[in-house]
Amino acid sequence: MSRKNVIEVRNVTMRFGGVTAVSELDMDIEQDSIVGLIGPNGAGKTTVFNVLTGFYRPTEGEVVFAGRRITGMEPHKICSLGMARTFQNIRLFYNETALENVMIGRHVRRSGHWWGAVLGLPGTMREEKNIRKSALELLDRVGLAAHAHEAASALPYGAQRRLEIARALATEPSFLLLDEPAAGMNPQESLELMNFIRQIRDEFHLTILLIEHDMKVVMGVCEHIWVLEYGKLIAEGNADAIRSNPRVIEAYLGEDVNHAAD
Amino acid sequence: MKSSTAPLSASTSRALTIAAAALLFLFLWWADGSMAEDLGLSFLPEPLNGYEVQILNLVAVYGILAISLNIIYGFTGMFSLGHAGFMAIGAYVSAICVLTPDQKEMMWIIDEILPSLAALHTPFWFSVILGGIVATLFALVIGIPVLRLGGDYLGIATLGFSEIIRVLIVNATPITNGSLGIKGIPSHTDLFTSFLWLIIVVFCTVRLLSSNFGNVLKAVRDDEIAAQVMGINVFHAKLFSFCLGAFLAGVGGALLGNLLTTIDPKMFTFLLTYNILMIVVAGGLGSITGSIIGSVIITVLLEWLRVVEEPLNLGFIEIPGIPGMRMVVFSVCLLIIILYRREGIMGMREITWNGIAAFLSRLGRKKENRA
Repeated sequence: MSRKNVIEVRNVTMRFGGVTAVSELDMDIEQDSIVGLIGPNGAGKTTVFNVLTGFYRPTEGEVVFAGRRITGMEPHKICSLGMARTFQNIRLFYNETALENVMIGRHVRRSGHWWGAVLGLPGTMREEKNIRKSALELLDRVGLAAHAHEAASALPYGAQRRLEIARALATEPSFLLLDEPAAGMNPQESLELMNFIRQIRDEFHLTILLIEHDMKVVMGVCEHIWVLEYGKLIAEGNADAIRSNPRVIEAYLGEDVNHAAD
Repeated sequence: MKSSTAPLSASTSRALTIAAAALLFLFLWWADGSMAEDLGLSFLPEPLNGYEVQILNLVAVYGILAISLNIIYGFTGMFSLGHAGFMAIGAYVSAICVLTPDQKEMMWIIDEILPSLAALHTPFWFSVILGGIVATLFALVIGIPVLRLGGDYLGIATLGFSEIIRVLIVNATPITNGSLGIKGIPSHTDLFTSFLWLIIVVFCTVRLLSSNFGNVLKAVRDDEIAAQVMGINVFHAKLFSFCLGAFLAGVGGALLGNLLTTIDPKMFTFLLTYNILMIVVAGGLGSITGSIIGSVIITVLLEWLRVVEEPLNLGFIEIPGIPGMRMVVFSVCLLIIILYRREGIMGMREITWNGIAAFLSRLGRKKENRA
């Protein structure tokens, strides 16, 4: 493998008081890959996401992203370096329209200042127009153009999920973290989601890390999978290796994976 | 829900806005009685009397103050109760600037005024802007530590700040003339000035809030965590909004001082913040037009309700006037607004020319259908 690593997690441990949520985690994620992080409930998957995106400062260890050490950096700085995420429980700006949600994502890449908007300086106004235009394009690409002017809270569930991804894409990330993107979807929708994830990877040149409970999605789309249990890495490898790993079957997958394989 | 098709073009909307502003100034020209004088027209209806002009002035000043609090509370979601403090700063800075050295020498009787301040004498417009700037500086100093607090804690911290400012004003006699206050401020705030400031403030805030910078503030209000993930420096956004609100509060306070011609520390108690907060909440948190409508309704209602304090003759029974009665009726009105329209008169919506056009066309269609 000659591909470059986008993110390197080195020996990360995260403790909350006496509880060790993640211990001694090592992860290297290659560029342009789609990889998964799985594990039973409470295994520490979302904690890993929060460490990567800067919400938690790990107790030990470090995270290197795009060649820079990002441990202890604030979330908005990490975002400007090219990392974006979605949330397990959708967190949209519900009072705003779908279009405004995506436009907010564009903010991190803008160069104008607020007084430019107040005075109506041509440069700022042009930028404002471009933000609106590119946000509309992005909505179009995720199939939400018809909902552009609807309040985010009024969108159906599946559309809210896609809007959250579109909003993340608006920040022009190189690395995208999806926290349970298939939660609450029926098999048909999950299938569409898999195609959608591959499609955005190719179109936006992304590396994608996803947390998912839907084994069909994980096995179908991920090139490499890490398995967490009680904050410890118990296995890693491609879908076949994980599927046949006895520890994983014992700890977590059990019968499910056999169904998925059928 | 917003309609996706805008019935009016941007240039039509702009023309309508300019026309409305022109109409407003035509009205003000008549209202303060200078139209009849300037044009020598005797057939014009009687202009408004001084009392009514004062109410109109208050509407404009309260409009500015309501917008300033709305930026902080309604658009960025920071529950700030420090408004009276910022207004006091603006009012005092402006008053000290516009008074002549002679006046100041006569008025400061407890302590001599600081010589550097005594010599200060600036034009009115400059004093208003300076009032805003000094209020912003205070907001910056107070904002950096307290804006890390959220929700109710921020409210209490800013409330404390406002009280500190008041106590400082009482005790810093060489600067503020202490509890005696400042009298004889030239009444610079006439109808044109107050409404010109209101229009400038509305224009600038609408420009800002309808741009993506406005979206960013709303994002911070709706979900701070998601905003951080979107690369927004939440602390900067909050500090910006807090300072902008403080600037406009300082400007509003300066205009108020020059309108009432007398200021003293007792004026800037929590009650003043509460009045502004009431306008913002009744008008609609997160709506500029709501703030304007709120300031019109509440200012006018408060004055108009004075009739209930007068002795009332119902023919068979005579009710003596009860002082303070209007506040009871007024509070009941507020209760009704909050009970039946919890989000205020406008909610988060705005009245726009497009909205009006859509409404009119719907009305027209309904009529056609009936016919």
